[in-house]
Amino acid sequence: MSSDLSTSVSLRNRLVLILIGGAAILALLLFFAIRNYATQVAQQGQDNIISASVTSILDAAAIRDGIVEVDFPYASFSMLSTAFDDQIFYAIYQDDIFLSGYERLAIARVAARETDFKTVDYLGSQVRVVTASRTLIGKDKRTQVRVALAQTQDALSGTLTQISRNAAVFGASFFALATLLSFWATSNTIGQLNRLTNSVTRRGPQDLSPFHKPVPSEMLPLVTSLNSLMSRLDHSLKQSEDFIAEAAHRVRTPLATVRSYAEATLQRVDKEENRQAMRSMVRAIDESSRAAGQLLDHAMITFRADHLELQDVDLSALVHDLVERLKPIAEMKDLTLRLHSDTQVPYKGDAILLQNAVRNLLDNALKYSPSEGVIDIQVTAKPNIEIRVYDSGKGFPKDELDTLATRFKRGLNAEGTIGSGLGLTIAMDVAVAHKGMLRLSNKAEGGACASLLL
Amino acid sequence: MRIIVTLVIWMLPQLVLAQAWEDRRVFENESAEQTLRIISSTDTALFAPIIEDFLSKNTGVSVEYLVNGTAKIDQIFRADPDKFDLLISSAMDLQLKTANDGLALRLSDVAHPSWAQWRQSLFAFTSEPAAIVVNKAAFADHQLPRSRQELIEVLRARPDVFRGRVGTYDVRQSGLGYLFATQDARASETFWRLMEVMGALDIRLYCCSGDMIDDLSDGTIAVAYNVLGSYASVRVENEDQIEVILPSDFPTTMMRTALVSNDAPHPKAATEFVQHLIRLQSDHPKGVFLLPSLKTQDSDVDRATIPLEPALMTFLDNLKRRRFIEEWENAVIQK
Repeated sequence: MSSDLSTSVSLRNRLVLILIGGAAILALLLFFAIRNYATQVAQQGQDNIISASVTSILDAAAIRDGIVEVDFPYASFSMLSTAFDDQIFYAIYQDDIFLSGYERLAIARVAARETDFKTVDYLGSQVRVVTASRTLIGKDKRTQVRVALAQTQDALSGTLTQISRNAAVFGASFFALATLLSFWATSNTIGQLNRLTNSVTRRGPQDLSPFHKPVPSEMLPLVTSLNSLMSRLDHSLKQSEDFIAEAAHRVRTPLATVRSYAEATLQRVDKEENRQAMRSMVRAIDESSRAAGQLLDHAMITFRADHLELQDVDLSALVHDLVERLKPIAEMKDLTLRLHSDTQVPYKGDAILLQNAVRNLLDNALKYSPSEGVIDIQVTAKPNIEIRVYDSGKGFPKDELDTLATRFKRGLNAEGTIGSGLGLTIAMDVAVAHKGMLRLSNKAEGGACASLLL
Repeated sequence: MRIIVTLVIWMLPQLVLAQAWEDRRVFENESAEQTLRIISSTDTALFAPIIEDFLSKNTGVSVEYLVNGTAKIDQIFRADPDKFDLLISSAMDLQLKTANDGLALRLSDVAHPSWAQWRQSLFAFTSEPAAIVVNKAAFADHQLPRSRQELIEVLRARPDVFRGRVGTYDVRQSGLGYLFATQDARASETFWRLMEVMGALDIRLYCCSGDMIDDLSDGTIAVAYNVLGSYASVRVENEDQIEVILPSDFPTTMMRTALVSNDAPHPKAATEFVQHLIRLQSDHPKGVFLLPSLKTQDSDVDRATIPLEPALMTFLDNLKRRRFIEEWENAVIQK
């Protein structure tokens, strides 16, 4: 069925692609955001330490005997120790005169209470330079002391490498998790669709009842329209069944009248030619009325099969009654009915339907058995509950065993026998309604065997 | 006049040569293709076995070993960093500044604990505490001082015995002396009091450890302050004469360090020499490695070693140095 439809891109693949793609983009964003933020924080950390060091150097600046002295503490440089042994460079200026440190270190012009942060190249490596100043007030003059302190960024880049690695691990695991999650979400979503598909597929051919199981709200429109489609289908099916039943009913009654007139006329007609015509007429009427009866039966069975009235039935007694009722007809045709039955075969089923099915099987047997034949009926409880009807006729045609039970289908060897082709259909429908089956076979010594497995 | 000029011109290179090095020795290897130039503050006597051991394992190398004071070798090296392969010195501060200034080669394949190296370019290979070394003759009937405080008391108690017979480094000339003095001053005020007491006793100042130990062993001085004890015991022939006292109040321990010049003519051989040094200090074979090995810092808490960190450069700052020397002169020279 699906191979007839052309498919567009699978819903599952589309969902998975979108979700995984989204997760990948998010993971990358996460990675860069963390790294960027970490860079800022790490740089901030380095700036803070260098600033603290610069402040401690400036704090030590003092004018003694008119000379600027900067007796900065050991801790000023000590606090700049890093695990990566970063180099430090510094320069101390009084106004614009170099006092101490590294003369070639560029020093920014900064106003008092201002701190300047810069990343520059010094001696071939990148250094972070912090420059700050302080104004000293001597006896007769003001003087500005400026300190620039630079540190290489080995520890910083070391920290960043580590953070980058962590961020990468973080992003990758986020991605992996999101991928798993998207697979799960997708299969969960598609699972709902699959479940609906399954419950549609699993339905029997007669089942046109609406779906009542809860479905996700997104699927509600689909299921609703499916339900309405099915109810319309069901309705029109029922209508046609009703129509057939009504038609059969309407036809049967007048047929009975026509038959009784035909019988009466037959008594009065003497001419052999005319009697022959009347007999064919009666037979045709019988055939029609039987067909109408079976159509009615079939309609009834179709209706009841949907609303099985299960009750405890003794199949043995049920079959026995039927056999008793049919005995007169059998005697008329010189046929013997033999019932072999277990004493009690209890079963839970619809008695009327079962009766109908067995009667149809027996009818067939009566119809197709030659005169003075024997019909064996077996009712067994073990190993399976089974009702078997053997006749001594010609048997079923071998190549039609599978198709005989379809509606209005008659065996090729049934020419000249009255029948509508509905008998086996009715038997099978009943069996299926009871979750059983109808098995047709031929006996080795000739004769047909129909078993109703329940 | 002409004769004098000629004489001066003739003498000049001799003088320069004589001035440049305290000691100079070439260790030849017959099949040598290159000569490693090592500039060092360590006495040749102490270092010769190490070099000979190295040569026996590296037959393609000869070594020229040049010795001078710590401050001198720093100046010489900085003037021509491309003429020397290795710089070995006990002045940790000067060494660290050399490395900080980017003059040292980073040796990535030398494995050394982080506290004993800096920037993978400066490698420590000894732990040597500064000691008070005394000539026992002066303490015949007296208790030996065990700390700086006791030394102050001893000196104050018998000024007549010790006048002119106490000695220490001239921090203006000796890099190691300056390092010890600044680290002492950082640790305690006792240092300044000791300097004042010693200054009052007409202290003798030495440029180099050799002269100080010579004077100590022949009795010219009775007490030498901040000498490397291990060094003294190796150098003095008659060890019974002297006593090495590690001050119990606060010890100052220095690590001798080596670095390879960034512009070294033979960086590969120089790196191998550093690896050799580090291997020797940990194996410490008798008769080859005469210096004390590195002491792991965690196991020896009270022998606090001066850490290898940029803070060592603090007292090398011009302003700081000027001020420290001024104070030191005030205490010691007492004009």
